[in-house]
Amino acid sequence: MNDRNHLGNVALTHDVRIIENGLLDIPMLAILDHEGQLYPDAIEPELSKEQALKMYHAMVYTRMLDERMVAAQRQGRISFYLACTGEEAAVVGSAAALSDNDMIMSQYREQGALVYRGYTSAQFMNQMFSNRLDPNKGRQMPIHYGDKALNFMTISSPLGTQIPQAAGYAYGQKLAGQEALTICYFGEGAASEGDFHAGLNMAAVLNCPVIFLCRNNGYAISTPAEEQFAGDGIASRGIGYGVRTIRVDGNDPLAVFSATVKARELALSLSQPVLIEAMTYRLAAHSTSDDPSGYRSKNEEEKWRLKDPIARFKTWLLNKGWLSNTHTDDYTKQVRSEILQALKEAEKVAINPIDDIVEDVYDSVPWHLQEQREALIAHIKQYPKRYPKTAGENN
Amino acid sequence: MAKLNLLQAINQALITAMTTNEKVVVFGEDVGHFGGVFRATSHLQEKFGKARCFNTPLTEQGIIGFANGLAAQGSVPVAEIQFGDYIFPAFDQIVNETAKFRYRSGGQFSCGTLTIRTPYGGGIAGGHYHSQSPEAFFSHIPGLKVVVPRDPYQAKGLLLGAIRDANPVLFLEPKRLYRASVCEVPEEDYAIPLGKAEVIQQGTDITLLAWGAQVEIVQRAADMALEDGVSCEVIDLRSILPWDAQCVADSVMKTGRLLINHEAPITSGFGSEIAARIQEQCFLYLEAPVTRVCGLDTPYPLAHEKEYMPDEFKTYEALKRLLNY
Repeated sequence: MNDRNHLGNVALTHDVRIIENGLLDIPMLAILDHEGQLYPDAIEPELSKEQALKMYHAMVYTRMLDERMVAAQRQGRISFYLACTGEEAAVVGSAAALSDNDMIMSQYREQGALVYRGYTSAQFMNQMFSNRLDPNKGRQMPIHYGDKALNFMTISSPLGTQIPQAAGYAYGQKLAGQEALTICYFGEGAASEGDFHAGLNMAAVLNCPVIFLCRNNGYAISTPAEEQFAGDGIASRGIGYGVRTIRVDGNDPLAVFSATVKARELALSLSQPVLIEAMTYRLAAHSTSDDPSGYRSKNEEEKWRLKDPIARFKTWLLNKGWLSNTHTDDYTKQVRSEILQALKEAEKVAINPIDDIVEDVYDSVPWHLQEQREALIAHIKQYPKRYPKTAGENN
Repeated sequence: MAKLNLLQAINQALITAMTTNEKVVVFGEDVGHFGGVFRATSHLQEKFGKARCFNTPLTEQGIIGFANGLAAQGSVPVAEIQFGDYIFPAFDQIVNETAKFRYRSGGQFSCGTLTIRTPYGGGIAGGHYHSQSPEAFFSHIPGLKVVVPRDPYQAKGLLLGAIRDANPVLFLEPKRLYRASVCEVPEEDYAIPLGKAEVIQQGTDITLLAWGAQVEIVQRAADMALEDGVSCEVIDLRSILPWDAQCVADSVMKTGRLLINHEAPITSGFGSEIAARIQEQCFLYLEAPVTRVCGLDTPYPLAHEKEYMPDEFKTYEALKRLLNY
């Protein structure tokens, strides 16, 4: 056994000098400028036309889905929604750099990753209408998706809890010898939770092949980033924990893609975590329960609308000759109608039978929950009008 | 007297507390400029400045740890946890720190000035992470007080009581009543003492006991029972810890029957403690077993929320069973 020497690499100084904040000066990787033109010395990622279009479609689909569902919430058809608007490149650009075997642990604004993986309109709608076709059985609020087949972990509302879990999941993947890693998404607000610090440290110390992707979108509900942290964003913390780190323009799909491709290579080959800080902006309200006019100016929002990731990507694709305006219009129209159709179908589907209320609490239903279920079913039979969603069943 | 909803009453209590004591400091996620996601802290930053009402980073353990230190120093922190469901990262700070500062230091230090406000409870289509009723966890922590108001009048008086109480208090606000519950609230400063239940309806046949948003549920059940000629005594417990066992026992010795209603899961809910204590104290007076009408022993569901809730119909049926026991 070697003797430990935790002072081994520490240089000496004889000046009383307290290190100031901001010495790291972490730059931001940018490949496409705001107009969708390549920066002169930037290198395009290796991206086939097919994959580029798949990314573009996923971003547009996400925007359409968000618009439709915010409207559906306003109409009272669903109770809640949370849009990804403005952050599509950060989410889709990173998801596109993964293998389908990689596990995605998201926060709650990463529907674009699910779209990219092939989650269908019907699946989105069944979750949001909490109906009996929802694989999560209607137990969670809208937008808490999860799909085992697509390697997308079911979303939990408490912030940051998925960060140490991602380290653990990735450790398990490594132990099992899988050529796969875990990507963990979260926002700069969630990075204030203790779980962020625990998760990064655990991943670094235990050599977990995990990509931590922070969407630094400037706001945690109403709280601006400057009231969230005093240091240089989230990236500087990765370095503090000994985690390889890169900061990217989160509204640049090519930069996000390139960074994630590189991060994935390193994470898998070295069995180590990588932190990506994607600098973006939450153009949407926090959720349909929120009204940003109470805490930020329209002017500020407009500035960021000019950096729209979809418009930027579209210009690049048009210039490449990979996309035409006609195609875009047709695709948008087709997606819009597909989403609306799926919505109309899902809202007609009943919720799960009442029997289900005690299922999945444990692997099997223990005696006390059986008792509670029987009593509940008897009670509903006695007062059918009071429980219209479940009274009509043949339980 | 002005009619206020529960949020306005809380806002008014905070204004009163901050005006009458310059040591009162209000903080939490989004509570500053925005006034909180429910707007309970609206305009406090404008009125009292950023040093006394401010946003914190998004870290519940940080908020309560910070609050503990601030309280130990002698300030009067009123910390908000945005949803009761998100209080658990702060559980260590509350269980091992807030509640034990005084005891472990032999009374030299304490977090007695701390009040933690948090919305709790279901009925808002919030699924299991915006609906839980965590009072029982906190009823098991010696050194902490736990308070739940049922309406705006109670909310203002109990919150002022909590802020001025010399012990740390967890103040659980029934969020489904935030805008739904409206009543007359005096503008003047008044505090309701902690630890006291209130008999809100006199009766002779059965005692119905609840707290927070469930008080109006048992009142509805009492109204249904009245049509059958049954006279219900309705008690709002108001304080979970310490709770007013004498008030409940006095009532049960009169009526001979006790029905407890709470939204949290039945197993190890606070109703269990009440039932145990009352059967000890009132054994010979009981005409029927103490009965609980509570949430199921499942995570709080979304699609089946209505079925999960211990509503007035379940309460009424249980009440009839007790009377016919």
